[in-house]
Parts: sequence; structure tokens; C-alpha cells
Amino acid sequence: MRFYEFEAKQLLAKSRIPLVQSEVANTAEEAEKIASTIGGPVILKAQAIAPGLAAASTREVSDPGAAKAAATELLGIDDGGRKPRGILVEARPTGEAVYSLSFTYDGTAKRPVVAAANMAGKIDDLADEHPDRIVRRHFSALFPFSDYIAKELAKSLSLGGNDLKRMTRIVSGLARLFLKYDLADLDITSIVKLGDGNFVVLDVEADLEIEARHRQRPMLDELGFSKDDLRQVREPTEFELEGARIDAEDPRGIISPIAEFDGNIGLVIGAGGGSLTLTDAVRKHGGRPANYAAIGGNPSVDKARRLTKLVLTKPGVDKIAVMSNVVSNTRADLVARGVIKGITELGFEPADKILIFRVPGAWEADAAKILEKYGVEYCDRTVSISEAARRAVEKVG
Amino acid sequence: MAMFIRVDVDNSVIEKTSGLAQKLVEVCPVKIFKPGSAPNTVEVVEENVDECTLCDLCMQATEGVKVVKLYE
Repeated sequence: MRFYEFEAKQLLAKSRIPLVQSEVANTAEEAEKIASTIGGPVILKAQAIAPGLAAASTREVSDPGAAKAAATELLGIDDGGRKPRGILVEARPTGEAVYSLSFTYDGTAKRPVVAAANMAGKIDDLADEHPDRIVRRHFSALFPFSDYIAKELAKSLSLGGNDLKRMTRIVSGLARLFLKYDLADLDITSIVKLGDGNFVVLDVEADLEIEARHRQRPMLDELGFSKDDLRQVREPTEFELEGARIDAEDPRGIISPIAEFDGNIGLVIGAGGGSLTLTDAVRKHGGRPANYAAIGGNPSVDKARRLTKLVLTKPGVDKIAVMSNVVSNTRADLVARGVIKGITELGFEPADKILIFRVPGAWEADAAKILEKYGVEYCDRTVSISEAARRAVEKVG
Repeated sequence: MAMFIRVDVDNSVIEKTSGLAQKLVEVCPVKIFKPGSAPNTVEVVEENVDECTLCDLCMQATEGVKVVKLYE
């Protein structure tokens, strides 16, 4: 769950991380007033979370009048079907050195990791272009963060003396904040060393691990998150709303989350936590998924039927791939019944509409018999996820 | 109309055992049975038949119920 930058900065402020002077404006007039108070050049950042808005949502201006004009423009941008949540007006100090930090989880090491660079930017991007300027340290998610790790990291950036002490405090504070608030990512894309020797944080991006939202309710309440605010990057489409309705109306199994794409391969996938892998596999083989829909937890026949109809009637979709993970407790026969039923209710032949049915799970023998009756081949776990995706992509042409 | 499962009920067998009809209604996990119009009998809820999980609880309770897989 993405925080707006002003919210992320509230968290940093609570942890006494030094921040550049800033304030949120809800109108262009407020932006002008804040810019006037700050004095000098300011940067205006529309508080938006839709991807791809980085350049469109930021303006640097030199005076309050220009701030008002820029704010008017920024308040009108489209944040995935929403208006921006105000404009963050910030001072733009110049400094003698700039650094960046990034906290995330290293899936291979299965530990949190902090990376730093002696230049501004997103560490992921910097790592591609300037790998020699990135330093990293892993740390424990179970034990308290040690200042020693922060000091090692700062030392690796060639910092010494007071710079080393100040940067160590910032890295330690951010690491503890990252762990305390169950963040999935925390990117500080620019930290400036001011003329007086102090560091200030300029640009922040933070994501909460979505599964932690219940545990972090007090913090979210403090920031003003409503309970149903999952910070989707855009407003849900009719397709997604209907998927959510189907899921909500029948407690048996789940078909959530469901997302709409603009591809042509309908996906009825999931069971055993494989839906992301399956979607990636389809893409890897050159396929264009029309949707993402994780179905699992032993859905009812009716739920599988309704999802199948929803996906197959999506404009641009002619065929569906029904696939699940290598290991799954979901009953393959019930999924097969639902899928076949959905297709026949639409007046189609299952063999014409199913690209592949690869659902290893319980009651496989019955699933195979059901599919055989309708001329569809049943694939078990001997067909790998990648191979299943490849066959689906090949068939759709 | 169910496509995959057929449930045959012989109420002449079910009504001979007191409380059996009610038990069938209660235990079916997908609500395939509802009370019949006559005492101690059941009717099949056709729209739920394809949801049958093949748990066989009904067939274990009485010979008056038969679950048939239409795909075999």
C-alpha cells in the first residue's frame, strides 16, 4: 500500500528524521502562501500514487506566483481516476553532497536489506547505471537494528567524522521505522548535506506491506486512512467490481484479487499461490493476459462458473487458460465443473474456449473425466507452469 | 439443470426412518436437500446439485439416496 509522500514524511518526522521544510496545500492559493512562507525556489509535488506520474506531478518554481500557477495545473492531473491528495510544497535546498537510501526485502537472502549511494535517485535505477556506487548491508527482521550496521554502511559511502555520525543516525532511524511499521519498501531518493553540515531528507517513497494493514491500524488511523482504503493505483474498473461482487456473494473459496489488463488471454488462475507466477509465465512466453484473477481456497462450482463467464465475456477475450500452482488443495473437479458450466451457458463448446486446463490438486481423476467428456485435455503437475503457459500462448496465436 | 451430478431420492425408503429426512437436509454441505411436502421426505434442490462435493454422507445415511456422476 503506497503512502502519499506527505504521509511518509509524517512517519519520518515521528522518528525524528531531519526533513526539508514542507507543507501540504489543498488549493493553489494555499500553495502560493506556503511558497511565500518558505521563500526562495520551491518544489511542488502533486500527491498522487498512480504509476508513471513522477515527471507530470512535480514542478520546480522560483517564486510564489509561479507556485500558484503550477499548483493549479498539478491539482488537475489524473491520478488513476482520482484527484491528487493536495500539493506538497517544499523548500529546495542546495548542498555540497547528495545521497540516496533504500530499504526493502531481499527475497534471495530472505532478510531486509539497506542500500545506499552517493548520488540522488532510486537505488534500483542507480544500480543499473552505476553499480559501483551502490553499497548494501543486510539486517535482521527479528532482532533490534544495530547502529553498527548503519555505521558500516555510512563508512562504505566514504563518510567520516560528524558526517558519519549524522548519517548513521538517519540510517538507523529509518531502519527501525521500516521494521516498526512493516514497510515493504522505503526509498529516500535524495538526502542533501547542507552548508551547516546537517543532512536533510528531500524525497521519500514508502509502501506498507498490505498484509500488515490490520496490525498497523493505529498508525493508519493516525494518518487518516479509511478502513477500505487499499491505495489501489487506480479506481477499480467495472470488470474488477463485478469480480469483487462475485467473490463477496459466495464465501466458498476466493477469487481475489482480480485486476483487468488490456490483453487477450483470459486467466482463471491461482490455487496454491501460483497466480503471480502463472501470470508472469504467460508474459514470459509473449502472451498478453486480459486479467489477473487468483482463484483458490476451494471455490464453489458457482463461483468458478461466474468467474469464467466474467472473464470470457470481457471485450477482446476469446479464450481462457485455467491454470494453478504445482501443489494445491483446491479440488480440480469442482473448478472443472464451474469452468465447463460457465462456457456452455454462454453457448460455446468448452474445447473451443479452453486454451489449457492445468489444475493439479485434489480429485484430479474426476477433473480429467469431466474434461474428457467435453473434449478438453486435462494437464496435471507433470506439465510445468512454464510449459502450461507456453501452450496457452501458442494456442491463442 | 445439473450437468455433472444427478441425485436420485427414494422417499419410500427415507420416510421409514424417523428424523432421517431432517438429517439429510441438515448435513448436506451444499444444501442439495430441502424438506419435502409430505412428512419425513426430502426434495432435491436442483440448482445446488452440481455443487455436490461427493462426500457421500447422504448415501452413507440411507439407501434411499443415490448420487450419480454424469461424467462417468
